[in-house]
Amino acid sequence: MLNSHMLNRRNILQKRSNLLKQVRAFFYARSVIEVDTPILSKAATPDVHLESLSTKVQVPGLKEHQHYYLHTSPEYPMKRLLCEGSGDIFYLGKVFRDGDLSPRHQIEFSMLEWYRIGFSMQDLIDEVVELIQDVLQKPLRVEKLSYQQVFEKYAHIDDVFTANSQDYQACLSDNHVPEIVGVDSNDKDLWEQLVLTEVIEPQLGKNAITVMYYYPAKDAALAQISQDNPLVAERFEVFVNGMELANGYHELADADVYQSRFEESLLNRKQHDLPQLPLDENLLNTLAEKPLPDCCGVALGFDRLFLLQQEFENIQQGITFGIDQA
Amino acid sequence: MATYSTTEFKGGLKFLMDGQPCSIVENTQVSPGKGQAFNRVKYRNLMTGKVLEKTFKSGEKVDAADVVETDLQYLYNDGEFWHFMDESSFEQYQAAESAVSEVSKWLIEQDVCTVTLFNGQPIAVVPPKQITLEVTDTDPGLKGDTAGTGGKPATLSTGAVVQVPLFVQIGEKVIVNTEKGEYVSRAK
Repeated sequence: MLNSHMLNRRNILQKRSNLLKQVRAFFYARSVIEVDTPILSKAATPDVHLESLSTKVQVPGLKEHQHYYLHTSPEYPMKRLLCEGSGDIFYLGKVFRDGDLSPRHQIEFSMLEWYRIGFSMQDLIDEVVELIQDVLQKPLRVEKLSYQQVFEKYAHIDDVFTANSQDYQACLSDNHVPEIVGVDSNDKDLWEQLVLTEVIEPQLGKNAITVMYYYPAKDAALAQISQDNPLVAERFEVFVNGMELANGYHELADADVYQSRFEESLLNRKQHDLPQLPLDENLLNTLAEKPLPDCCGVALGFDRLFLLQQEFENIQQGITFGIDQA
Repeated sequence: MATYSTTEFKGGLKFLMDGQPCSIVENTQVSPGKGQAFNRVKYRNLMTGKVLEKTFKSGEKVDAADVVETDLQYLYNDGEFWHFMDESSFEQYQAAESAVSEVSKWLIEQDVCTVTLFNGQPIAVVPPKQITLEVTDTDPGLKGDTAGTGGKPATLSTGAVVQVPLFVQIGEKVIVNTEKGEYVSRAK
């Protein structure tokens, strides 16, 4: 006999199943094919802010167990497929980020990532917005602002490229943000990040889909630097209800630049006393042999999309079992 | 001194902030993915009871606070201190007024209370949830009114004043909820 808890549970399972189907249908209709790239990899992302899980694998023929990492995103193998000529592709499945647990984070979570060949950043922004509108079915206004405009509009920082640590600290205090512990008073980049996460982000996407684009070149990650303005990268993020939902790039193509950005990350890890990690040589070799076609790619948090659609408070309400029950 | 890193933060963790013992009420991780992670922390200062907020850069450390909660029997008040005793070790503790100011009106000799000790000193006392006290003063009210439609103030043997139904008389014993400071029923 089903009690009301079970009925409610089945109702949520059904809705999640519908959303998985809807998202896949969105891409099938656009001739974007699904790829289920490997979760395990010999390499890990060197990004200083992402922690990969790892496991030991017994490979027949090898005496020792091999060390493998669980992916934090399917980006590297997807880019290899793009280099090989796969055409437009998407991934919808699990990724893992160690240590991240909050109402908006799970260590194991579902990610939607896709790549579109020949798309400009604006083309991809429009497609992301279309998918979100399709799913949420609400009259949400679309607000597109550059990183610089966002700081001006929501934090009254006139020019983010010339503002200093004191400007950001004054902004945090004007906005009654609780005291911050452990940040050097001259660490401009970190104070800028705090203004973004503590002051600006909660205001973004109120009854709207807010797209913030043209991140400072220092935050380019694996995005191309704009050809019109060397200060900014062709990177965007999408916010709904004060929550980051997607992060996209006009993808870097040059193998040498990948190599140098990875090495920068490894150096950064060293400075933070974090272990060094094996770089994805397969990706670097493929990029060197067959250049990445001009494309844009974006990762979108599927559990967050479901949270927004169902108006949950915590993404755990929309997944079968959270890490504490797994 | 023992320390806790932000990765160990969770509700109920006791730590020192500016030398004062505090307890975490709510800890939220902020991980922007491509940026430095932080912990947004709501915590209660156990001396003042105030709830405060701070945001810690991930990896920061705080000193652990030597805070324990223990059941102690209330003995007596000597005019300056409230004395408690551990019923198994017979060890005695004296609490200053700051630790009992909110609850002294609910303290009955020999009742077992939950006492928060900081470095071995009582800083907070929680009396039993329900206690029985005698009514020492209240208006006579209306005899025969058992519907409890109204209420009147009554002074209890510890000096506490609570609203009681009209039918409660001087000399009767009543059960009181100490958390809410409310009358529950007449004691049998």
